[in-house]
Amino acid sequence: MAEQSKKIDKSTIIEKPIKEFQHPQESLLRKKAIPTIYCPGCGIGTTINAFLEAISKYCQIPHDQIFVVSGIGCTGRASGYVNLDGFHAIHGRAIPFASGVEIAKPPMKPVIISGDGDLFSIGLGHFAHAARRNIDMTVICVNNAIYGLTGGQDAPTTPVGAKSRTTPYGKISFPFNLSHIAIANGATFCARYTVYEYVQLSKAIARGMNHQGFSFIEVISNCHVHFGRRNNLGDAIAMRQMFKKARKRMNEKDIGLDIHKTDIIFEAGKGFTKIPTGIFLEERDEPEEFSERIIDAYEFIK
Amino acid sequence: MEVHQHPEKKHYIITDESRCKGCGLCIEFCPKDCLGYSVEINEKGWRVSKMHRMKDCIKCYMCERMCPDFAIFIGENTKEEGAKD
Repeated sequence: MAEQSKKIDKSTIIEKPIKEFQHPQESLLRKKAIPTIYCPGCGIGTTINAFLEAISKYCQIPHDQIFVVSGIGCTGRASGYVNLDGFHAIHGRAIPFASGVEIAKPPMKPVIISGDGDLFSIGLGHFAHAARRNIDMTVICVNNAIYGLTGGQDAPTTPVGAKSRTTPYGKISFPFNLSHIAIANGATFCARYTVYEYVQLSKAIARGMNHQGFSFIEVISNCHVHFGRRNNLGDAIAMRQMFKKARKRMNEKDIGLDIHKTDIIFEAGKGFTKIPTGIFLEERDEPEEFSERIIDAYEFIK
Repeated sequence: MEVHQHPEKKHYIITDESRCKGCGLCIEFCPKDCLGYSVEINEKGWRVSKMHRMKDCIKCYMCERMCPDFAIFIGENTKEEGAKD
């Protein structure tokens, strides 16, 4: 009986459909660039899908006011697949480009989609200073814990004990906690989700874009080709099942003052065993953002 | 493009074999185990994802949300849904 129910049923195929079906986000994609160059099962495609759903479904910002900037890396190609205004900026300098757009045209909403290697190794100083000034922008950082594009060297987010091309016996130095950096430097919105939690991620992106001020969304993604294969974590399916087990929902009250509760725990051989996810910080009484302060200063001088 | 229509709920599932890379995420995370790999390969040499048992589909959107390559999606039957209301 079980084998009979597993049979392929072709009776439901419609040869001549009434209308031409399109993907819900088809109008926001650059069709010449699709299919993407990413490896099969990569989490960056899911992140782009979540971002497009956020701007088309959950937030009411008009599409001609959204500006997508990305740096170098696998995730840096995201601005090329999205049919919105944007830059493919130089390495590590996605945030300064977006700051210029925001200061020159305050109604614009810059969105930075970039990787952990771009934003937090070469671009760490720019990130810290943009968070300090509270510039109105949304940073979506796809964290796959390794330098994927260049062949799997260890990144500042690679956890202790993880193997990579440059640390074949396991990494010995400590990784960054990206949400910790963002909160410590003065970001006013901070969230973390894995690629498995698609709807929550999409809603968090929309909430961060509606927020006036610096908002940071960290996406834990799977690099099964370099990180998963060297650490025996399996393919894309196995890594997403691991995220499904490891995620642990937290909010502002659960964390309190002990920011180390948001640390990601990695065990060699087992993979990620605890990934705290959720919205870690959302300031209700928002301090003035940077472009408003500049306008106020000009009026004072006049 | 292969279009399947549910016999009762009348919604569509569309699989685009020119975009699919055969990663298997939609097949794994489908709660009703409706999807499966195709027997034939596409022009780039991947075994693509195909709808095998449309009668079991519950329109949970899991395949559309998991797909990183925009290759599988749900088509709404807007006319008939409007008629029900």
